Amino acid sequence: MADKILMKGNEALAEAAIMAGCRHYFGYPITPQTEVAAYMAKRMPKIGGVFLQAESEIAAINMVIGAAAAGKRAMTSSSSPGISLKSEGISYMAGCDLPALIVNVQRGGPGLGGIQPSQSDYFQATCGGGHGDFHLLVLAPSSVQEMADLVAKGFDLAEKYRMPCMLLADGTMGQMMEPVSLTETKPEAHDKSWALTGTKGERRPNIINSLALQPQELEKWNEDRFARYAVVQENEQMAECYMMDDAEYCVVAFGIAARVSQNAVDAARAKGIKVGMIRPITLWPFPEKVLKAAADKCKAFLSVELNMGQMIKDVKLAIDCKKPVGLCCRTGGMIPSPEEVLAAIEKMQKEGN
Amino acid sequence: MNTTEVLIAGFGGQGILFAGKFLAYAALLQNRNVSWLPSYGPEMRGGTANCSIILSDAQVGSPIVSRPDILIAMNLPSLDKYEQEAKPGASIFVDSSLISRKVERTDVNVYYVPATQLSTDNGLETLANMILLGHVIEKTGVIPEEMIRPALEKVVSARHAWLLEKNIEALSLGKNYKE
Repeated sequence: MADKILMKGNEALAEAAIMAGCRHYFGYPITPQTEVAAYMAKRMPKIGGVFLQAESEIAAINMVIGAAAAGKRAMTSSSSPGISLKSEGISYMAGCDLPALIVNVQRGGPGLGGIQPSQSDYFQATCGGGHGDFHLLVLAPSSVQEMADLVAKGFDLAEKYRMPCMLLADGTMGQMMEPVSLTETKPEAHDKSWALTGTKGERRPNIINSLALQPQELEKWNEDRFARYAVVQENEQMAECYMMDDAEYCVVAFGIAARVSQNAVDAARAKGIKVGMIRPITLWPFPEKVLKAAADKCKAFLSVELNMGQMIKDVKLAIDCKKPVGLCCRTGGMIPSPEEVLAAIEKMQKEGN
Repeated sequence: MNTTEVLIAGFGGQGILFAGKFLAYAALLQNRNVSWLPSYGPEMRGGTANCSIILSDAQVGSPIVSRPDILIAMNLPSLDKYEQEAKPGASIFVDSSLISRKVERTDVNVYYVPATQLSTDNGLETLANMILLGHVIEKTGVIPEEMIRPALEKVVSARHAWLLEKNIEALSLGKNYKE
């Protein structure tokens, strides 16, 4: 175990990507994730990697497509408005079944919005973000250590299922410093015989393409892709349960909202309210299994989010609307205080009894 | 379980974030849990800047300090903004060279240190932050004294090693300051 050092989330994820074997970073600056690009600019040239500041977000994502098509571990990072610009490329990547890592350190929107932390790109991330039938793997860190740990996990999952993976963070996760221990990770070995590496006259050319003009063919592609998604949904759900063993009420929150909610759960427990928290780590696949199980035990749920209520829909779907689901939210770059979440928990308890 | 929530606030350029990072490292070197969260963006360039630091024996939940145990105010807007947020019984440290008014709360411990004046008088320009911190450490014991040097070695880069002794000087100036 390496010694713990203090690092910003943005820097930790950048170093973690290098340690996971990523040697191709293409980006464009935007607050609050610019430290990722700055870190890569410093480190990549020293280790024979590629750091390239593109002329735009759109150029950067297309460079990622190129590097990923060649079988390389490639990544880009941005914040909300920049991710919208990249969405075309992300859709093409999904259509081409290319693995790569896309980091979104969210800020308030819509439009240019603000620069303070937000989770308002939840729909965009979990529903794919671009045009067409597709999903991304979406991972939601809630500490600097997880900002690092989920990078290697994200690359491995992306290559295993040939899907783009999004690390969905927010301004606090990017800017916060916490102790982190970084260790070199060995990439899982996944078949990359599909990559465009040059035939050397020894094999038939590989083709990577998202164009299928015959509807029968395109339908088949989409059905095959969704068969793969079903495996992901079955096998890759991740969530952390906090104080859930005897919980009668359940808070659902990810990222910074989960950190704030943890304080509120502790305070509610001190008042004798049996409340716990489920923290989704994968937002897609959404951790339905653990929520479904909680629906049999808990009287009510509370979704805590930094948006006007987006994940709450997935919570309701996961529990088949068996129990009431309340919402505690702030938006525009505001973060709910533990006291606000506690008040919402107390309200839930009052209405539940 | 012991948790201390610290809020340092002032102008961008006063070394708010550096002071916070120093505290955070001192706690980390004791194997405590710690979080450091800065305000960021345009406000850091000349506007108000603040930094939330939580030092804890338990896992840190929310990294946002809204009810500080220790408030360090390095300009008037910061004192105006955060005085009412401090916990009852909190310690408030005021750079009295830059803030002429007194703290109104009566349920807190208040320390006035003319840190900016002391820094210029002693050839320690730009180290008012560390003078204040020296006083904070003396009055609250937020970090043990033996952690000062190792923590500074973590936050003062090798390139600026000569600044290490200057920081030590500033910290002890604040430590020994008598109101």
